[in-house]
Amino acid sequence: MLNLKSIHKHLLLGDWLVLLLAALLVCLSFLSLWQNAPAAKVQISLADKVYATYSLNQAREIHVRGPLGEAVIQIAKGKARFAKSPCSSQYCVHQGWLSKAGQVAICIPNQISLALVGEAKPYDTLNY
Amino acid sequence: MLKHFHPSLDDHRIAKLAAFAIALHMLEAVVPSPLPGVKPGIANIVTLYVMYQYGFATAAWVSLLRVLASSLLLGQFLSPGFALSLAGAGLSLASLYAGMHLPKKWFGPVSLSVLAAFAHIAGQLLVVRFWLIPHAGVAYLVPVFAVAALLFGTINGLITAQLLKR
Repeated sequence: MLNLKSIHKHLLLGDWLVLLLAALLVCLSFLSLWQNAPAAKVQISLADKVYATYSLNQAREIHVRGPLGEAVIQIAKGKARFAKSPCSSQYCVHQGWLSKAGQVAICIPNQISLALVGEAKPYDTLNY
Repeated sequence: MLKHFHPSLDDHRIAKLAAFAIALHMLEAVVPSPLPGVKPGIANIVTLYVMYQYGFATAAWVSLLRVLASSLLLGQFLSPGFALSLAGAGLSLASLYAGMHLPKKWFGPVSLSVLAAFAHIAGQLLVVRFWLIPHAGVAYLVPVFAVAALLFGTINGLITAQLLKR
């Protein structure tokens, strides 16, 4: 139905401009929002509040009760994941282990989310 | 009251087009997606086509009826999923309304489709950020959605352009 050879006939000058700007926007969003730093902590949020923050250095399981039921969040070897969730879609569980700063796993039905944060900057000694 | 209601030709047309958009929406709902929330949005082809053929008002009706009826059919009415759909469709329509006024000589359906796709994810991400998951981690998802918007916006725009040429 869509002839690859005739694509350029459907594209006007402005269309190319829009595509170019959109591609630029995509590249910028990758560069600015995906840092590759390893994560140090995992922040667990329940509804609109931060529920708890844990270091990724210590293996543990955290049980969090959301509107649908209890979710199990597992921390091991500097990574974190949803091990169990009562939601029907299970997208959060299938997302698997998170290990990089800035990564998130979000369970919308159960209103629980994980966000990995990087090492806190060592400002302690700055204010001597 | 209802006895005296005579649907006009416009109403019939809107109903037919909305039904077609709903069918496409349903089709997409059963096809698994590699990433939650990333969908081609083929029903938007209908919205864009209708806007070119019958004007903005008809397109707005078709788009909003599609969101409403699809949510009822999928059992998501008034759920977070419905709010996401509605926010996406609302901002898409706003961007189409603005895009309509761009010079036709230079900006075709592909431009409008890409604009609408970006407006769609912007609407959804705003709902996610300020209502569903209010923390900054959502920013991590932006690049993925932006790539999908660029890709599917372009493809949907090309299909619309092709349909309009007939």
